[in-house]
Amino acid sequence: MDNYKIEGSPKTPSITFDLGSGVLEIKGRSIPENSIEFYKPLVDALDKYSSSSKPATTVNVQLEYFNTSSSKCILDVFKKLESIHKGGSAVTINWHYEEDDEDMLEAGEDYQAIINVPFKMVMVNE
Amino acid sequence: MVEVYEIYEKMERNNILLSFKGEVTSDLLTSILQIMENKMADLQEEPKMKKKVYNVLVECLQNLYHHMDEVPDAREQKLKSAIFMIGKLENLYTIFTGNYILNANISGLKGRLDKVNSLTKEELKHYYKEVLNNGEMSLKGGGGLGMIDIARKTGEKIDYNFLEINDKISFFTLNIKVTTQN
Repeated sequence: MDNYKIEGSPKTPSITFDLGSGVLEIKGRSIPENSIEFYKPLVDALDKYSSSSKPATTVNVQLEYFNTSSSKCILDVFKKLESIHKGGSAVTINWHYEEDDEDMLEAGEDYQAIINVPFKMVMVNE
Repeated sequence: MVEVYEIYEKMERNNILLSFKGEVTSDLLTSILQIMENKMADLQEEPKMKKKVYNVLVECLQNLYHHMDEVPDAREQKLKSAIFMIGKLENLYTIFTGNYILNANISGLKGRLDKVNSLTKEELKHYYKEVLNNGEMSLKGGGGLGMIDIARKTGEKIDYNFLEINDKISFFTLNIKVTTQN
């Protein structure tokens, strides 16, 4: 299976999923009008990964902005990760937020409350 | 004849930074967001203010993009048009939007807005998680999360109005205030 890589755009984040090391990174902005279309391939890639997952899976999320349409899709991605976690790969989600961005920290805490996977809130200096 | 000066003067008085009237497309939203980002950089807004305004702007504009109803105009042509303005007075940004809505769709929208406006900060947080986790994702957007998110990020009640145009359609307006005080 190939690694998964998507370049960022003004409305969509860059995504890299290194299957050899089990590291998934989502970075940038996620404000597309149609988020389902954008996130479906990632959810499918995670589906495939779940059958041959590494002992540990690390997820780095570093978003500058995301819209409410993306928030549902990000939850779907996290739910997939939750099932991978249950399936035996130790998943950690590192949720990055900028120092003064309380809204982004709170958004991470909202996910943390819903998803049964260890979260780490990581503050980033601007 | 449209009195251009009258429009100009009104916009000047409200300190309008940007306004648009017409069909809302995906490319238009990309451009508007880019322009506002540059403007806020020029105005040397604090990162916190920039982020709040940008986030709320995205939700307001995408609401227009996804939800405005197509209504017949005076010549029975299909009309899918909206107005959008953003103004700034000292440390307060105001986002105004206006679009047509079918009268049949008013009660549903009004119910959602009134529900959001009835909740406290903590209740909004809880409600957001509930809708995020259990709500059906519509093909269009966040399935009702937009207004909850706007209320959470602004810390203000959502100021809205429905102006009846005729027995079929009304004009729906939003007046969203963004400060970093809340």
